Amino acid sequence: MSDESTEVGLPVEQHALPQRFENPGLPEHHPRLTDVDDGAAKRSERIVVVLFMLSALGTIGAIVAYFTVPPGATIASIRLSTMLIGFGLAATFIFAGAASVHWSKSLMNDHEKIEYRHPMVSDTETREQASEMLADGMSDTGLSRRGAIKGAMITAVALAPLGFAVPLIGSVGGDWDISKFRHTMWKKGLRLTHDPTGRPIKASDVTIGSAVHVIPEGLNKLEHPLDEKSKAMVLVIRLDPRDLHEAPDREGWSYEGIVAYSKVCTHVGCPVALYEQRTHHLLCPCHQSTFDISNGAKVIFGPADRPLPQLPITVDTEGYLVAQSDFHEPVGPSFWERLK
Amino acid sequence: MKAIAARRHHRFAPVVLLALALLTTGVLYAAFTPGPAQAASAPTQDDLTAGNNLFRANCATCHGMNAQGRPGVAPSLIGVGAAAVDFQVSTGRMPLMNQGAQAPAKPVIFTEEQIRQMAAWVASLGPGPAVPAPEEVDPAKGDAAQGMELFRTNCAMCHGAVGQGGALTNGKYAPNLGKASPTTIYEAMVTGPQSMPVFNNATITPQEKRDIIAYLQAQKAGSPGGVTLGSIGPVSEGLWAWLLGIGALIGAAVWIGAKSS
Amino acid sequence: MSTNARDAGALAPPLDYLDQRTGLAKVLKEFSRKIFPDHWSFLLGEIALFSFIVLLLTGTFISLFFVPSMDEVTYSGPLATMQGVEMSKAFDSTLHLSFEVTGGLLMRQMHHWAALIFIGAIVVHMFRIFFTGAFRKPREINWIIGFTLLILGLAEGFSGYSLPDDVLSGNGLRITDGVVKSIPIIGSYLSYFIFGGEFPGQHIIPRLFTVHILLVPALILGLIGLHLFLVVLQKHTQFPGAGRTNKNVVGYPIFPVYAAKQAGMFFIIFGVLALMGATMTINPVWNYGPYDPSPISAGAQPDWYMLFLEGALRLTPGFLEVVIGGYTLSLNILIPAVVVPGLLFTSMALYPFIESWASGDKREHHVLDRPRNAPVRTALGYSLLSVFLVLVLAGTNDIIATHFSLSIEAITWTFRVLIFVLPVVTFTVAKRVALGLQRKDREMVLHGHETGKIVRFDTGEYIEVHQPLDEEERWLRVQHEPRRPIPLLPAQNERGVRRPGYRRDAIRSRVSRFFYADRVEPVTPAELAAAQAHGGHDEISASQHDAPELTATREGSSAG
Repeated sequence: MSDESTEVGLPVEQHALPQRFENPGLPEHHPRLTDVDDGAAKRSERIVVVLFMLSALGTIGAIVAYFTVPPGATIASIRLSTMLIGFGLAATFIFAGAASVHWSKSLMNDHEKIEYRHPMVSDTETREQASEMLADGMSDTGLSRRGAIKGAMITAVALAPLGFAVPLIGSVGGDWDISKFRHTMWKKGLRLTHDPTGRPIKASDVTIGSAVHVIPEGLNKLEHPLDEKSKAMVLVIRLDPRDLHEAPDREGWSYEGIVAYSKVCTHVGCPVALYEQRTHHLLCPCHQSTFDISNGAKVIFGPADRPLPQLPITVDTEGYLVAQSDFHEPVGPSFWERLK
Repeated sequence: MKAIAARRHHRFAPVVLLALALLTTGVLYAAFTPGPAQAASAPTQDDLTAGNNLFRANCATCHGMNAQGRPGVAPSLIGVGAAAVDFQVSTGRMPLMNQGAQAPAKPVIFTEEQIRQMAAWVASLGPGPAVPAPEEVDPAKGDAAQGMELFRTNCAMCHGAVGQGGALTNGKYAPNLGKASPTTIYEAMVTGPQSMPVFNNATITPQEKRDIIAYLQAQKAGSPGGVTLGSIGPVSEGLWAWLLGIGALIGAAVWIGAKSS
Repeated sequence: MSTNARDAGALAPPLDYLDQRTGLAKVLKEFSRKIFPDHWSFLLGEIALFSFIVLLLTGTFISLFFVPSMDEVTYSGPLATMQGVEMSKAFDSTLHLSFEVTGGLLMRQMHHWAALIFIGAIVVHMFRIFFTGAFRKPREINWIIGFTLLILGLAEGFSGYSLPDDVLSGNGLRITDGVVKSIPIIGSYLSYFIFGGEFPGQHIIPRLFTVHILLVPALILGLIGLHLFLVVLQKHTQFPGAGRTNKNVVGYPIFPVYAAKQAGMFFIIFGVLALMGATMTINPVWNYGPYDPSPISAGAQPDWYMLFLEGALRLTPGFLEVVIGGYTLSLNILIPAVVVPGLLFTSMALYPFIESWASGDKREHHVLDRPRNAPVRTALGYSLLSVFLVLVLAGTNDIIATHFSLSIEAITWTFRVLIFVLPVVTFTVAKRVALGLQRKDREMVLHGHETGKIVRFDTGEYIEVHQPLDEEERWLRVQHEPRRPIPLLPAQNERGVRRPGYRRDAIRSRVSRFFYADRVEPVTPAELAAAQAHGGHDEISASQHDAPELTATREGSSAG
């Protein structure tokens, strides 16, 4: 809507009209049925009373259910107990709420009332007085004449939180030794064992198409096994050696088509474990990074950038799978100093 | 035992021991890789003939007359065992209707007898896992708590925490296990159908397989918290929180805000 | 209601006692009959407030049985699928609370449902504020407080979700750890700061417990107090309508009408949550099992309010990770998990200031906008919602794949395109719809309701009889003030000297034109008179539709 239309296209005498419409004021009050019909009002009153009574019954129901239906030891009995107490509680509150709302809507005075607003801003006099008082206060401090106090005070106040923050930050991160990201408990000769049982794995037992979830031998005996498990967990997969394309620098890291890859996603660290034996794709269920196991666990889809680290493996004299060494790179998500 | 102890220095003792060791290994090997011999009842020659005929009529188009497979079309079935046939056919996955991302479960078109005959014929082509005996899949003989630990390590990443299924790459999926029978579950583990890896009896022992079956069976009792909302986790919870919770409460707000007539 | 027995000026004894010691009567006089306007959408904030109260109540119940410790114990409760399993005390006590404490599972499920609805209601409430322009002066501060409450709500939800120490939430923490590590320079140390060492360590559950039941709830409570104090101080906004102005507030007194409705709302919310807790399983941690870094289950998602982050992480392709001077910069994580939410949230927080800068409007506003009367604001709101929706759907792509037989890759690629296209399309469509609705309002004011009655004139001409709007109907459609772009003063003053601040003004003018150039202004009395003067018979003639006042104008040379 442009201005021209109001000014150009109209007969001259209409310029006398105001620019804007007038607010017509509050419409008149329309009485409700309960205002004019005593019968309707009585009915509403009865409904409110009944609803409040139902609410009270709900409370009694919840208490009765609490004492008579304990959870017991089966799924069904726990479900029943939860449900009955819940129904009692729900009845208590839904009926009380409905009663309260119905009462207010049908029986309480419904004449709309007007309250006037005042601007948020204080009046000029108040503002002037406030500003004057602050100025008086400032001059009482004498800060303008004694600048040294100001500097000293700011220094003291700025430093004060450090006495609290330094011990807090210093202690909260444990030993702050982030070099632990680089190592796992894998080492030369350590056996690969089943997760979670800890049973060692014979190479001959890993048939083509198998996917075996692996933890290092002795992991379960550690004081805090989960800390180590979150880095050391490995997925062992056997492919037909014809399907396996190994990089030249990684030859000898596999054993007769058996490869071992870190199960920690290089994206943000979820366990990557959805192995499709036909396509040799390994999918992460969290963000769908897809790794190609036949091709050095290279990323073929999704938000991860780097292949999964490979654990070099071989067999010991008894035919059990063992690690040749630790991983040759940090496992898991990227971090700033990863390559340093 | 005394007799054995007395003869343990006999000069043939090493030979006997070696023979015993070989025998034990053989028996154990046979036990760990269930062969066709373990099938419930040994198939007769008539069964094999009937199975062969059924195979020629229904499967040979893709898998070849001798089940040798056709590259790029269908895999060879030599050595897949009776378990694979029973799994694929008794869940309706085979015969395949049309090429898709993967073979879906469908209504079964063969009788149990026919499936047994086809399985027997395929099993006769080469050694492979057999259809498990009833006690091998008896949930009552499994430990559900052990099963929970094994299931979540080996199965839940694809099939979900309680077997509700999940997505794989390129339109493939791990199916819902809610309706799978114990036998089907067992067969899937030993044969590794389609995308699924093989869990042979060394990776997951027969007892552990029963534990897993017991865990899945325990899910049939439902959830102690009420309706399960599909057991697919926070997504369905969030959806219902919006649809039902916020929906109902906005409804209540509209009722409270509306003028009474 | 005064009772006849007591004389009019006396307070009831307990109030009298308190008044003599605190001057309570002054407060009662000021507030008991304070007016609140009535509208259903003004109760959305109450849904959030009252679910928070349910959270406090149920949270107190369950905290009495929860043990925030990562020490290992062996389970020996009634659940068959957990017998003899090693688990942390946190998980064990969650199972104990759920299965052995009568009513415990009910309280736990109510608590979690209340949490989902708490944050949902905050979001709905916030968008009500946004679309109606209730954030304008003097309420910008309260918008910021509300925004902070949303962030705190997310923190509170996330910390509580992780407490049971189950596999699902544990993997959520692992993702958090991965995101934290991606932060340049300090990431690794920040991870140690949070976990007290390497992930997962022994400290995270007790730490989250302190955050969840002490730090964040205290902040939320304090800010809710401030939020409500400002609502009372500034008085509630009201929708436009006959008799409502920027200088008054029309509605019902707190006591008794509003109090009764509020109490009713609280009870209904409590009741609905009890019903949900009684019948619908939520966060069945016994399905996921105690935390262990190795397992994971398909359908690994956070609660709904974190899904947008999950979706952003899923959409971003991996090649964005770069190495600069030997240091790894994981832009594939930083962009979706830090930069995108940072931009979305910052722009939301700052929106009131951006809009007032663009409009140059420094007056107080207490009458709300109808969303159609602020087309660009409304379109921006829908546009933001569309981004959020795409991210949430992307966060559920595996569920979509299985339930609609689609491929994850195809879904992900579709969303990668939609995240850029949909906001633009949504913006355009929403703006057009808003302008169209405004034109419809003008049409109505100028020509009245269509009655469906066709009349034939002597000349043989047919017309439809239109019934003029009554005063109140018309007021609703003409009450808003037209908003026009800020005119840009010339670059040079009259003496040809370059004006300082011209560049800033030019930018401001451009932003202002983005907001207000396309507009439909309300009918003026003169226009209505002109339309009526055209005579009663040609309202539907085609020429009217081409008349300049019915088309939105692109602002031309003549600035408004």
